[in-house]
Amino acid sequence: MKVLVCVKQTFDTEAKIDLKDGKISDAGINMIINPYDEVAVEEALQVKEKGLAKEVVVVSAGSDKAVEAIRTALAMGADRGILVKQDADADEFARAKVLAKIISDEAPNIVLAGHVAADDGSSQVPTRVAEILGWPHINVATTLEIADGKATCNCEADGGNQITEVALPAMISTQVSLNEPRYPSMKGIMQAKKKPVDTVEAEAVESKAKIIEFALPEAKAAGKKLEGEPEELALAIADFIKNEAKVEIKK
Amino acid sequence: MAGTWIFVEQRDGNIRKVTFEMLSEAQKWGDEVSAVVFGKGVAGLAPELAQYGAAKVLVAEDDIFAEYNTGAYVAQLAAMIEESSPNAVLFAHTFNGRDLAARIAQKLELGLATDCLEADISAGKGVFTRSIYAGKALAKVEIASAPVMGTIRAGVWEVTENAGAGEVVNVDVKATAADVYQNVKEFIPTVSARPELTEADVVVSGGRGCKGPEGIALVEELADLMGGAVGGSRASIDSGWLGHELQVGQTGKVVNPTLYIAAGISGAIQHLAGMSSSKFVVSINTDEEAPIFSVTDLGAVGDLFKIIPTLIEELKK
Repeated sequence: MKVLVCVKQTFDTEAKIDLKDGKISDAGINMIINPYDEVAVEEALQVKEKGLAKEVVVVSAGSDKAVEAIRTALAMGADRGILVKQDADADEFARAKVLAKIISDEAPNIVLAGHVAADDGSSQVPTRVAEILGWPHINVATTLEIADGKATCNCEADGGNQITEVALPAMISTQVSLNEPRYPSMKGIMQAKKKPVDTVEAEAVESKAKIIEFALPEAKAAGKKLEGEPEELALAIADFIKNEAKVEIKK
Repeated sequence: MAGTWIFVEQRDGNIRKVTFEMLSEAQKWGDEVSAVVFGKGVAGLAPELAQYGAAKVLVAEDDIFAEYNTGAYVAQLAAMIEESSPNAVLFAHTFNGRDLAARIAQKLELGLATDCLEADISAGKGVFTRSIYAGKALAKVEIASAPVMGTIRAGVWEVTENAGAGEVVNVDVKATAADVYQNVKEFIPTVSARPELTEADVVVSGGRGCKGPEGIALVEELADLMGGAVGGSRASIDSGWLGHELQVGQTGKVVNPTLYIAAGISGAIQHLAGMSSSKFVVSINTDEEAPIFSVTDLGAVGDLFKIIPTLIEELKK
């Protein structure tokens, strides 16, 4: 069995966002693997370690710099990587098209990808890829079991836990609670340098959605900061809850 | 037919509030608003949907729609869109809404804006404002394909009653068993008397300063007093005091309640991203330099173990 993982390089989640010339500035930003995708990489490695798969292939669509995300995944233990060079303005439709093409060529048995990216937060690409491939998918997986040509997951649905089963090949989008991703070892980092990474140009796909403006949310005006005896502070908060926020109290 | 379609998010006949929010907001675009509902025995929901402005309620009734499943819902909705060509189709930005919208958008080769906070829709064009970097920035996205499609965040739009005709239109069932590719074996509802984080009017969150289950118990008691939801920062989730589904922040949930109370949360950027759109923020922290105070309306520098018990007593009065 072959497992393919889609990873996206994103800003560190602790990054502060600024605009430069009307666009999101990446100056001085530490880049990481999207945390939801990092979990997907870890899960793929665990599938391989259980003896269920022979190979873990990592694919990223992005700029030349995205190869760093692939190298990190290789250092964690993935076998090889593919970088699809694609313009940052590509929308989810175009990204899905390009990734689906690679997946179709690679013909893995299962594809894992984070259910959302920490940057654009769009939660579309894995589901779109599954549609293009005509595969079933499971979203927001918090567990994954593979047996008898099927994948079964617990999913974090609204208001509960949903247990879903699909036949392979399938796309599984992962939630961060699925596992605890390993840190690359020194040996892993050294080995990763020798692992093959192919670079291919993305086929031209016209986007359907276009970002026409970026903005920063209005900064909240600093409020009051009180110091004093705990009782006084508690009274001030109680007053605020009742008279400012006007919250109804259940006695 | 044109018009705006609002896909109704419901489970066992219970309609999620975000559906009413979408129906209410959609009135502003001057196009006929229809609610689209799939399920078993759901035609009876029409009066409730009409109350918020649904002129028509397009109903697909069949056993196959009894529970949400992607394949059947996609097949049905795609067939309806192709036949009627609405101007816009909006979904809730929920587990099911995201799933359905993304798969439909790809099937019909359409653009889709997800997790939207604002929408401006006119014939053949839609501009959505969406939150990116978990609310640290905003992007205006133009969708040029038709119908315009978006998923809408819960709790952002006001619910306003606006009586619509609510004319029930039974549509032909186009989905068949062959369209189903997921076996949903079980849905286990979260057993909680508390509202869901993303829909709650009040959220009380606990962080590292809670020090353990005792601190979290105070947070829970305070939340319950206000009928609120309980959340946590990454520290309290990673420590195992709260389940992951309760994490507020960039790798968790984004909340927008009327009142957010941060107890023992320092305010890492990744947490602030998840809660800074709350209307009122109250913070309790021993560290007067804690970054949480920069997004706080009323901050208390002090020990939550001393402040919250008194606060609870005071609120009960």
